[in-house]
Amino acid sequence: MIAPLRRVGIAILAMFIALFLSASYIQVVASEDIADDDRNVRKLYESFSAERGQILAGGIPVATSIPVDNQFRYLRTYPYPELYAPVVGYYTLNQGNAGIESALNPVLTGRASSQILDQLTALVTGSTPEGASVQLTIDPEIQQMAFDALGDRRGAVVVMDPATGRILAMVSTPSYDPNRLAAHSTSAVLSAYNELSEDPGNPLANRAIAGDQYFPGSVFKILMTAAALESGDYTAQSEFLNPAELPLPLSDKSVKNSGGRLCGGNETVTLEDAFRLSCNIPYAELGLELGETAIGSMADDFGFGATLEIPLEVTPSNFPRGLDDAQLMLSSFGQFDVRVTPLQVAMMSAAVAEGGVLMKPNLVDEIIAPNLRVLQSYEPTIYSRPLRPSVAEELTRMMVRNVSQGVASGAAISGISVAGKTGTAETGIGDGRSFWFTGFAPADDPQLAISVVIEGSSSEGTSNSVASPVARTIMEAVIER
Amino acid sequence: MTNTVPPVSPVTGRVVLRVKMPQKLRNLELVLLIVALGLSALALALVQWGALGTLDWSLLTYAAGLAGLTLGLHLVLRIVARDADPFVVPLATMLNGLGITIIHRLDIAAGSSGWEAAGVRQMAWTAVALVIAIIVLIVVKNYRVLLRYRYLAMLAGVVLLTMPQWPGIGRTVNGATLWVNIGGLNFQPGEIAKIALAIFFAGYLMTARESLQKVGTTFAGIRWPRVRDLGPLLVVWAVAMGVLVFQRDLGTSLLYFGLFLAMLYIATNRVLWLGLGGGLFVGGAIVAATQMSYVQGRVQGWLDSFNNEVYNAVGGSYQLVQGLFGFAEGGFIGEGLGQGQPDFVPLANSDYIVAALGEELGIFGVFALLALYLLLVSRGLRVGFTGTDDFGRLLSSGLAFVLALQVFVVIGGITLVIPVTGLTTPFLAAGGSSLVANWIIVALLLRLSDEARASVRLEAGVRA
Repeated sequence: MIAPLRRVGIAILAMFIALFLSASYIQVVASEDIADDDRNVRKLYESFSAERGQILAGGIPVATSIPVDNQFRYLRTYPYPELYAPVVGYYTLNQGNAGIESALNPVLTGRASSQILDQLTALVTGSTPEGASVQLTIDPEIQQMAFDALGDRRGAVVVMDPATGRILAMVSTPSYDPNRLAAHSTSAVLSAYNELSEDPGNPLANRAIAGDQYFPGSVFKILMTAAALESGDYTAQSEFLNPAELPLPLSDKSVKNSGGRLCGGNETVTLEDAFRLSCNIPYAELGLELGETAIGSMADDFGFGATLEIPLEVTPSNFPRGLDDAQLMLSSFGQFDVRVTPLQVAMMSAAVAEGGVLMKPNLVDEIIAPNLRVLQSYEPTIYSRPLRPSVAEELTRMMVRNVSQGVASGAAISGISVAGKTGTAETGIGDGRSFWFTGFAPADDPQLAISVVIEGSSSEGTSNSVASPVARTIMEAVIER
Repeated sequence: MTNTVPPVSPVTGRVVLRVKMPQKLRNLELVLLIVALGLSALALALVQWGALGTLDWSLLTYAAGLAGLTLGLHLVLRIVARDADPFVVPLATMLNGLGITIIHRLDIAAGSSGWEAAGVRQMAWTAVALVIAIIVLIVVKNYRVLLRYRYLAMLAGVVLLTMPQWPGIGRTVNGATLWVNIGGLNFQPGEIAKIALAIFFAGYLMTARESLQKVGTTFAGIRWPRVRDLGPLLVVWAVAMGVLVFQRDLGTSLLYFGLFLAMLYIATNRVLWLGLGGGLFVGGAIVAATQMSYVQGRVQGWLDSFNNEVYNAVGGSYQLVQGLFGFAEGGFIGEGLGQGQPDFVPLANSDYIVAALGEELGIFGVFALLALYLLLVSRGLRVGFTGTDDFGRLLSSGLAFVLALQVFVVIGGITLVIPVTGLTTPFLAAGGSSLVANWIIVALLLRLSDEARASVRLEAGVRA
């Protein structure tokens, strides 16, 4: 009985050695890989109980952690909830994160690799590591003005500095109160989240960079005109036929100008006048002549189709490919399957304003360690050069005339030359309209590029009566301060 | 204690001489026991300090009561089994104390207190288990009487095993039919059944050893057992398969069959039996794995735990992976008692209690725990080596093996060595039946070791 018993003993030893080895593997060799899994909620709770860095706009905290007496130790608080919610986002226990809170979570929690020294110091001194603060490029005054100018209408405003790509304001309405989502009760967070996500106004979507996107309508004519001039085959004086309507090939429908009018009184119309009066028929003709390749490559140069992180993730705008003639004609004035974000539209104006150079849009200025050391600063970088300077100059002139003598007159500011373009896109749902204005001012020394979109219906007026005044209010206030 | 007339040992017939010796063994036990109690109390206090920042004196008072009871067990041993192995009680006490500590820690996280708190109930059950262990020690003065009741033990084992399926009292918890409920008291009879079956196997194998070992026809160079000698193996296999299929419990099935096989092998020293039995079980398990979805789920959860689909599936690897996160967070030295978040793991105080320990005490804690188990198992095996009769040696090595196998199956399950099976972690997991059963095993090992050692000393005494 001794021999088999000894072998059983060896078998038991082998079983235990297997346990020792597997425990060592899980707890030592592979522990980091295993623990870093997204499904390990411990990390989330840990980051909740660390002092999360602030998010600042012009030095004013717009997201901050205040000490509380519970297991999480800090409560995330948003002093200007609706104003900044689309940018700052939220940080929840059980419903995920959004906005800067999500995109810069590693630096805010102090876990980014740039903060490794601080982590080590905290480990040695036994203090809780603090997260770094994020300074936004948002100018609080402009943000507030844009928010007030939109009022209780649904829509978005983006204001950019064309020379640097810094985003000075980003507003999306209706907004929401992220404080409700920062609660320390998972049931409260869940009910608030469900309520917001079922809200027909879709407040959780940042309409400026994400959401369902918009038809650009006539603001797309900026891109079309740019493509025409850049091709070298057209000038502002190039002429197009001016019929009352233009039949769509293989269809019983036709293209009409806004209001069914002719574009000026002549048989032909120049590109410049077609732009100034925002006529659809000449642009449908231009689109057919240019072809989708030329238009598409200009769209790509402006940033269509590309993933952009500012560092919020921007939904790529879309210029469709593989179009038949009718689709190409409709796309040429921003209908069919062309979709844009307000940021994309602001980028088009910004590139024209900056002499044909498109700066990469950016929302974050600096990341600042708890000891006030700057961990990272975001330098202006060139995204692309879609236009030659001469083309940008010509396009600027056309956009200025569009405001001073054209259909965008509602954006005119006395004593200042404003470049702009309106657009009234059909949403395809009832008589729904997206009212657009985009432009920049002052035209000779641009301080800001702007895009405004307001959701409404045809009965509310035109883009010039709905969107232009909003843009004008903001531009005027920025220039005059 | 001096006996003028040497009594005659009933079975061995050796002359028994009580030699006056200082109770060195018991003194060693006392010292070790105090160390174990001290460590347990320290751990309990640290948990409260770490998680609450203060000490809960009422709970520490209960703990002191339990410490008193273990010292009572020690005193009983000084009288009824003074030659018993001195390591067994301190080891079991340490394990039990660690278990209470972790269960209490999870109570703090869950915010439960009073009778609702699993830790308080575990303390009560520990008291019950200790009293039962003392009774076993006093009543079973000579373990050989158990041999007489081997068929009764078999009957008891089968009854206990099938009880969860009896209408009216059986309960299915988490898919496995393991529980009975009598008068509001929930109870896992399978835990007690393993002792009854170990007694039966030891008794049966002791008598059948010779024929199992030697008789048979040689064919193709191998001596095959007679068909009628195969009977018991087939019966145990059928029972194990029945547990697997009807109670949906892979762990228990593996445990009993493994126990029988190990004891069969120890009794006969024939690899053939291992091969036959192992083949039968593996074959049955493979059939079960292909036919029964719950076995499939377990195997898939083991092979592909981190796959999101498996993770989210009903009966998938969610719990296993959460346990692994706990282990991984623990790392080398652990988060510290009361400092981790072991409550994120479902069933952290029963099946996954070692994950909770691993999170707060790290790999050091897990190694220490495994070492405690290994020592306890080795004390049981030691009796198997030094015992004076086949029944005692088979019984003690069987009990030691079943303890080791249970530790391997449950901890191996949650550390990805084998698929997860539902078994309790001996001495640690919350649950009265398991505690009572394991303390009875302790009492039996103490009794067995007492007689083994007493006779060794006697022989030495006679020679001198």
